[in-house]
Amino acid sequence: MTAATKNPTGPGDGDATPLLEVSDLRVAFSVRGREVRAVNGLSYTLAAGETLAILGESGSGKSVAAQAVMGILDTPPARITGGSVKLDGTELLGLPDKERRRFRGDRIAMVFQDALTALNPVIPVGAQLAEMYRAHRGTGRKEARAKAVELMERVAIPSAATRLGDYPHQFSGGQRQRIMIAMALALEPDVLIADEPTTALDVTVQAQIMRLLARLRDELGMGLVLITHDLGVVAGIADRTVVMYAGTVAERASARELYARPAHPYTLGLLASVPRLDQDAGRLEPVRGAPPDPAALPSGCPFRPRCPRAEAVCAEQEPPLVAVAPGHEAACHFAAEVYAGETEVEHAG
Amino acid sequence: MWRYALRRLLQAVPVFIGTTLLIYLLVFALPGDPIQAMAGDKPVPDSVLHTLRERYNLNDPLLEQYGKYMWGLLAHGDLGENYDGQKVSAMLTGRWQVTAKLAVTAWAFELVFGIALGVWAGLRRGKLADTLVLGGTTLLIAVPVFVVGYTAQILLGVKWPIFPSAGVDDGWPYSYLLPGMVLGSFGLSYVARLTRTSLAENLRADYVRTARAKGLSRTRVVVRHGLRNSLIPVVTYLGVDFGSLMGGAIVTEGIFNLPGVGQQVFQSIQLKEGPVVVGAVTLLVLIFILVNLVVDLLYGLLDPRIRYD
Repeated sequence: MTAATKNPTGPGDGDATPLLEVSDLRVAFSVRGREVRAVNGLSYTLAAGETLAILGESGSGKSVAAQAVMGILDTPPARITGGSVKLDGTELLGLPDKERRRFRGDRIAMVFQDALTALNPVIPVGAQLAEMYRAHRGTGRKEARAKAVELMERVAIPSAATRLGDYPHQFSGGQRQRIMIAMALALEPDVLIADEPTTALDVTVQAQIMRLLARLRDELGMGLVLITHDLGVVAGIADRTVVMYAGTVAERASARELYARPAHPYTLGLLASVPRLDQDAGRLEPVRGAPPDPAALPSGCPFRPRCPRAEAVCAEQEPPLVAVAPGHEAACHFAAEVYAGETEVEHAG
Repeated sequence: MWRYALRRLLQAVPVFIGTTLLIYLLVFALPGDPIQAMAGDKPVPDSVLHTLRERYNLNDPLLEQYGKYMWGLLAHGDLGENYDGQKVSAMLTGRWQVTAKLAVTAWAFELVFGIALGVWAGLRRGKLADTLVLGGTTLLIAVPVFVVGYTAQILLGVKWPIFPSAGVDDGWPYSYLLPGMVLGSFGLSYVARLTRTSLAENLRADYVRTARAKGLSRTRVVVRHGLRNSLIPVVTYLGVDFGSLMGGAIVTEGIFNLPGVGQQVFQSIQLKEGPVVVGAVTLLVLIFILVNLVVDLLYGLLDPRIRYD
């Protein structure tokens, strides 16, 4: 294991063979006979050692999409209505449950938002960690225990050996999330999906957890999908970003580009609503309105009702993703104008 | 934990005093002289009446009678003496085993079939199995136990004699199966519904989602991560219910002619044998309190978030 170093540039912009390839993923829920489309054609790729941030507000379908990729959606009510999820070239959707299960936890793992509820409250953490080895590798009790101690040490839980028998509620919020991460990384997966991993934590602890994730990503060379609504959280660690809106991709760019020159009015709005230390922004501008009801999406562009730039064409046609620069796409009829023009947000550096 | 146990025991003292006092007052507040009742319509000579009343402390104020009774019970373990001179403890000796066997049978029935039905329904929420379990258990809860008892006796004991219809001649467990099922039918319904709802809810919990994300098998997810948490309320109920089963079998023991404590209590109420009723019920209260204490302590094993302090 090498010492932790921060990845200076990131391994690139996705032209390497993708480790994880999600294309045109569609998920719908049947709610009282109505079909609610939560994810409408999400596509992204992820390379080993790379960090992809998926940004979006509550209800944008980012968590549902992640669960579909993991294969842990409750079906029913959810239903994967289309698309493909390939891990290392293997199509995961449509695999029999038994085969799919072998990927979960082993090749692709997930960290959830609130570790207090995501960890089993009545099983000691040591047993929950050891379970990974025992269930996937058939490791013996003693050895699995030893490995659980190693895991806890790896995520810097003090006096790990004596805390194996403790229950989740006996740890602090940050420690619980570390344990959650340790559990996900037990089998050294190729891909880690972290769904709002720091949302339930204090700001100082948030930074620690993000550093931990970045360090482990580099140590294990895994691909990291970071799902968040918090632009600040991903700024330092993400290589590329996907902005989701109403279950679909609004914008896709490298993290640097996205912050510097957004090409979608929604992204622009998101950036304007984040407080910044390096600018006297005065009053923060929220994105007006509320996210659309996925059961009744507006015609044309889903962002249209909230968009300050909306024109007639936006109500008629759903905008396709158009490239405004290499590796930078936005689903807006005016993407080029937004990208080129009156950007209120300055380069973050 | 031991401090908790001690505190719970201390808390049990007022409960014990309160319940026994209430029973004592109720039984001895019944109209009619118990000594006269033994003789039926025949006149009892005053001297006899006086001697007997003196012997059983019947001339003392009620609270003093209660005090003397409790003193005898606590200091000498003496449950008192019936008006015919028989020791109450002796009258109950053979009967405890019967009641205990019946309670254990009913309890096992509740536990095994209640949880099994609950899991079956909980895993198939909204489907046929769920509807069947919900409907069936509602019926069992709604119908009084004596109806269930006589129906079961006539159908399964007489018409199709699968089980012995009454008595304990066939010994345990055979003679106790049918009464056990009848006695346990209410609890079974409750356990099944509790398990079903609790499991269905827990299966949607975040930690069950985590368990699935860990790539565990469905059995492991359901049993180890879903069921274990779901059983916490079920175990509580089963614990409390064991106490009730020990004391609540009066009707069932009557229907199936089982010579248990319940049957004795029933007979003694009719014969106005106050000391027997009080003695038997006092013991039932003690058992109930102790069983509850044990359940509360076991609770911590199931749910580590509970702290005994």
